Amino acid sequence: MNIDFTEEEIRFQTEVREFLAGHYSEDIRSKRDEGIALTKDDMVRWQKVLYERGWFAVNWPVEHGGTGWTPLQKYIFARELAAVNAPPLIAFGVSMVAPIIYTYGNEAQKQRFLPDILASNVWWCQGYSEPGSGSDLASLKTRADRDGDHYVVNGTKTWTTLGQHADWIFCLVRTSTDVARRQEGISFLLIDMKTEGVTVRPIITIEGEHEVNEIHLEDVRVPVENLVGEEGKGWTYGKVLLQHERTNIAGVAVSQYRIDRLREKSRQSIHGAAPLSEDRNFVRKLAAIEVELKALEYTELRTLASVAVGKAPGPESSLLKIRGTEVQQAIDALMMEAAGYYALPYVPAQYALDFPDDDRIGFGAETSTSLRYFNNRKASIYGGSNEIQKNIIAKHVLGL
Amino acid sequence: MDFSLTDDQLILAGSIGRFIDAEYDFESRQQITVGDEGFSREMWATFAELGITAVPFAEEDGGLDGGPIELMLIMEQLGRGLVVEPYLANIVLAGGALRRAASSGQREKWLTPIIAGELHAALAFAEPQARYDIRNVATHAGAEGGGYVLRGSKTMILNGGAANMIIVPARTSGDTADEDGITLFIVPADARGVEISPYPTVDALQAADIDFNDVTVDESAVLGDVDKGFATLQAVIDEATLAISAEAVGIMQTMHEKTVEYSKNRSQFGVPIATFQALQHRMVDTMIACEQSRSLLYWSVMLSAANDPEARHSISALKYQVGTAGIEVAREAVQLHGGMGVTWELDIAHYFKRMTAIDAMFGNADFHLDRYIDTAPTS
Ligand SMILES: Cc1cc2nc3c(=O)[nH]c(=O)nc-3n(C[C@H](O)[C@H](O)[C@H](O)COP(=O)(O)OP(=O)(O)OC[C@H]3O[C@@H](n4cnc5c(N)ncnc54)[C@H](O)[C@@H]3O)c2cc1C
Repeated sequence: MNIDFTEEEIRFQTEVREFLAGHYSEDIRSKRDEGIALTKDDMVRWQKVLYERGWFAVNWPVEHGGTGWTPLQKYIFARELAAVNAPPLIAFGVSMVAPIIYTYGNEAQKQRFLPDILASNVWWCQGYSEPGSGSDLASLKTRADRDGDHYVVNGTKTWTTLGQHADWIFCLVRTSTDVARRQEGISFLLIDMKTEGVTVRPIITIEGEHEVNEIHLEDVRVPVENLVGEEGKGWTYGKVLLQHERTNIAGVAVSQYRIDRLREKSRQSIHGAAPLSEDRNFVRKLAAIEVELKALEYTELRTLASVAVGKAPGPESSLLKIRGTEVQQAIDALMMEAAGYYALPYVPAQYALDFPDDDRIGFGAETSTSLRYFNNRKASIYGGSNEIQKNIIAKHVLGL
Repeated sequence: MDFSLTDDQLILAGSIGRFIDAEYDFESRQQITVGDEGFSREMWATFAELGITAVPFAEEDGGLDGGPIELMLIMEQLGRGLVVEPYLANIVLAGGALRRAASSGQREKWLTPIIAGELHAALAFAEPQARYDIRNVATHAGAEGGGYVLRGSKTMILNGGAANMIIVPARTSGDTADEDGITLFIVPADARGVEISPYPTVDALQAADIDFNDVTVDESAVLGDVDKGFATLQAVIDEATLAISAEAVGIMQTMHEKTVEYSKNRSQFGVPIATFQALQHRMVDTMIACEQSRSLLYWSVMLSAANDPEARHSISALKYQVGTAGIEVAREAVQLHGGMGVTWELDIAHYFKRMTAIDAMFGNADFHLDRYIDTAPTS
């Protein structure tokens, strides 16, 4: 055991820092720092900056444009991105559908889809959940019936994050009901959102923003060449993907960044009030969250180390999802506490760069604290709820 | 000791409950919140007609002589209905200050129209630098030519946008954090130098930041005694803390019941999710939290009704409970509703936001646990 970075790792860290210092654009940074939502264009622009440096598809195999980095390099990279408050990457293309395509797709599909994902030319969304099928995903009802060289798709997908921006949606659909296990009738299908019969209806979430959607599929004709892998194997593919999703979901580096900011802020006096850093209650709570996060950081590093020696991320990744989201939500709550009354005004219009400073209620980004707090209650629900993660650990790790 | 309610109290609770059920369903509430003012003046007039606005006031002021018990019964129902009309601001805060400190002339001029639902009022209890400490008053009132000149800033003034009149604690002597030296002033909202910036809050209530830029008032604006306003202010904020805690108990109970109901109707894996023991235990915990909170509420209300000096101590216990167990109930309700719990469309999200705001209002859980310790009776 040795905690030091190697010289090579230190060199890598410096390289990442220098790159970010030169290429993380000022306008995106100031929006991020002031709690202003990024537009689709901002997100795409940032992803293209990483792409041009060859650092966008960190986890992909090198032959498709990945980095070939060691787990520790990936860890360093994530930490450096978080340290400058860089925008999170939109995972649906690069981290969700792409691994399925390069693992189970055919050559034509790889050539058709991967380059545009790599360059962020095409925006993807995830069509798994349905109104009746959330935790019990295998009960999904969206049907894809074969008709010549097409599938005809009918059903409703819901909670589709950022589907309003999407060009393509990857779906789990039912291709057969005549099977021993209902999982065996599920296939993995790629659907062009512009196809006739696809309609997107916004769902407004608790904080008042449009982030998720309900997507109706009515007699949508999808060429059979858009089926990934074998018919009836979609469930297996989807499960692998979910485990990838769960390692990403811990968000250790971002949580550390937010703790650091909160500590920094707690040392400042707001309108002449005693700084919160003099309030022992507050300092202790912040420290307790940080201890939990430190533990999580090393749990993640241990998991990554075992992935490095050839093990796929297994059901243990559920642990990262559970604790990672709990820590995120604890930080959200403490930020609310720190903001006090200033967390309460609800003035969405002021989260725009051109909003006059003099008219701003509160100070800094305090009033966006509550939006984040409310919105992020989702973290323990999506990506497989934390209850479902515990069921997975109970069954597959503890063998219960 | 007796936990039973009188017939009159049962009638009061029942009639407000039925009113909420019939006239203030979630759809209507949502309609109201998107209106111009964020609340309904018509609804407020109905509250006055029903006599709800008169409950806490003495008969000679045109009130119904209600006390903490009646206030609790009202607030619980307002919580259940997620009512956005400014009952707390008009009746408990501004009305509470007038009821305790106003001269007979002031009562006639201000209290009578408030009870009638014709005049809106606010109490400016918070300042930007004060966090939750109500004795921290930097707004200055200098004596000048037989009157006073007010200068300073107040924040999070509930109903501040609609208010025709604002009760303003200002410093007439002493240092910023002294209890002595605070005087309450009645300031008409249209007085010269009053600059109001109204905004909605996350729980769909309405508030405002208000600057007082050399606002001149005459001596008749003084509410109560010069330099001695703190006792009134503290009594009012204590009662308001009790009131929103009762509201919170109403919300907790509602969220808990709605969650139990939802769990019976939502099926996954071929069975209602209510059949999963992991969730059953969680709902048992929220039930326990509701019962424990109600117990502290009754303790606190009975002490307050008896004018017991321990009441303040108990109110802090209650507010701490609401800010911990109550917040937990709210989080569990959202979690157990799954994705539905974080949608704007469902009432659960809005109960959640109101609970969040209640936790921050008049001091959060930490603040009140500290005050619980500081106000412990010496034995
Ligand atoms: C903001 C947001 C974004 C999302 N984005 C996407 C997306 O882009 N694409 C997509 O496909 N999906 C997305 N989802 C859907 C998400 O994956 C589901 O919400 C999640 O799987 C839970 O399903 P549900 O909402 O139907 O809740 P339900 O499955 O109805 O669960 C309700 C409650 O019951 C619990 N529960 C269920 N079964 C059990 C059990 N066996 N044991 C114990 N407890 C149980 C759950 O944990 C939850 O607390 C998103 C959800 C949200 C909220």
